[in-house]
Amino acid sequence: MIRKVLIPLSEEEVAPRFDLAAEVLLVELEADGRILQEKVLILPEPSAERLCHMVMTERAHTVICGGIDGEVFDYLTWKGITVIDDVIGLASAVLRRHAAGGLKSGEIVTTDNSFRPS
Amino acid sequence: MPKKAPKEIPAALNRAIDFYRLLNEVPLGVLILDRRRRVLFCNHALEAIVGITAATAQGLACRHVMRSRACLTECPAAQGDLSENVCFETDLINRDRKRIPIRCTLAPIFDAQEHPAGYVETVEDLRPLKEHGAKVNQAYGFGNVVGQSRQMEKLFRIVPVIAQSDASVLITGETGTGKDMLAETLHQESERAKGPFVKINCGALPETLLESELFGHAKGAFTGATENKQGRFHLAHNGTLYLTEIGDLPLPLQVKLLTFLDDKIVYPLGATKGFAADARVVAATHRDLERMVREGRFRQDLFFRLNVLRLHIPPLREREGDVRLLLDHYLNFFTRKTHRSVTGFAPKALSILLDYDYPGNVRELRNIIEYAVNVCREGKILPRHLPAYLSEERESIRPSSAAPQVVIPPPAEVAVEAPSGSGEGSWPMAERRIILEALVKAKGNRQNAARQLGWARSTLWRKMKHYGMDQS
Repeated sequence: MIRKVLIPLSEEEVAPRFDLAAEVLLVELEADGRILQEKVLILPEPSAERLCHMVMTERAHTVICGGIDGEVFDYLTWKGITVIDDVIGLASAVLRRHAAGGLKSGEIVTTDNSFRPS
Repeated sequence: MPKKAPKEIPAALNRAIDFYRLLNEVPLGVLILDRRRRVLFCNHALEAIVGITAATAQGLACRHVMRSRACLTECPAAQGDLSENVCFETDLINRDRKRIPIRCTLAPIFDAQEHPAGYVETVEDLRPLKEHGAKVNQAYGFGNVVGQSRQMEKLFRIVPVIAQSDASVLITGETGTGKDMLAETLHQESERAKGPFVKINCGALPETLLESELFGHAKGAFTGATENKQGRFHLAHNGTLYLTEIGDLPLPLQVKLLTFLDDKIVYPLGATKGFAADARVVAATHRDLERMVREGRFRQDLFFRLNVLRLHIPPLREREGDVRLLLDHYLNFFTRKTHRSVTGFAPKALSILLDYDYPGNVRELRNIIEYAVNVCREGKILPRHLPAYLSEERESIRPSSAAPQVVIPPPAEVAVEAPSGSGEGSWPMAERRIILEALVKAKGNRQNAARQLGWARSTLWRKMKHYGMDQS
């Protein structure tokens, strides 16, 4: 089964705030974690409402983000979307971690033991 | 050059202290960052605000820990090293997914060689303040200014917008309308709220003193200037400078003020070097500045410079429905303050109060209610509890439409003129007459007169002395 993952971006990283991200990475993952397709979408301006709308229209299954407002989180989960929030790290590394299974809320994903996002 | 610490401080701290423990005792959130804005330390208060432990935060980029709007959109340190501290209001989303309004102050840290070493950021949770502000603003008013009339609602709608701007503001309105309160509210609602609010009355000091007071002076600038003195503009750095009675500012100083408004640099008297003061100027006057400009008593260029944003507070007689609201407001206020059990106004007293024109505006209304609550003590306020001048010769104290400005004579003048029945609509005049009436009723017995007035004997004596009535 193909899973769609949406990650709000701030340059190469997972955006620290869902509502302030103007770019998103949209990825289609195979059941085994292989990346089928990925694309970056640009929003005209940062907006939590627009992002929610995009999550729904793109039929994403999972949202991986940094900080997210409680109301927005509740709305997305109510719509049946899995939200993994408080995640810090480069989007590519975070995606790999998620594809491998087991990415949790609050996780700081580093590429090695010493790395901290700059 | 950094100032040397007083001798007592090194003496008290002559043993090594645990710096981090010290910071953990500070009730404000404190974040220490390196030059690349990575977290070196955060104290317990910050842990509580953002919901992340110091151990987890250590080494992370500041924006991932704070997640504040300012971090992501306009970080003050993003353009390079800061030279001085900056203060801004923003919001963050914490680990409980709560949006928290905060006020941050970001200051650079320098090493012993004065090289930039990093930053210290203090973070204040504004939730209690905002909740309180919301309650205050709900009660038919804005900040401390109370009103529900159409005119005041219009004013309250524009005040938050003006507060957020950094342009100069000119507040006009008759005496007693609440210009000072409005100026302070503007400051409190602005992004400079954390900075100082410095007030100076341009009409209260002679020209030479005023110049030194406003702009400061250098050592040796004039006889007696034994030290450098910072002016009010300097003191208002990062805050608001409120110039009340701007219409009384002498012409030479008007030029100097205009220069500041253009260049934002203050030159203290006798100094060769200026200081770039980042102060917002709010000016107020009860005078007709347009007329003063026409008469050549106020510089036109300064008027245009100050008149960027103008707020006019209407006189109380034009504020439909506000008299009743203010009567109740001040009745509650003074009843609580004086612990009296005054329950309201008798219909006749209310009718007198509602029919009165209040030439002294809200200040006069407030004084009347303070007087009535002091005299009444309990039950309802009756006409006899009101100052006598309200029910006598009310017509004569109505200001003519051609001259709405009311000038209250200073007490000294009142004492000299003493026209008991002339009906000059001023509070000192009225108070003087009330005292006289009480003394006549009490047949000159000051103890009884004081009791009638609801004052202590010493208060009566002080007021009589003030009005020059104790020379028997």
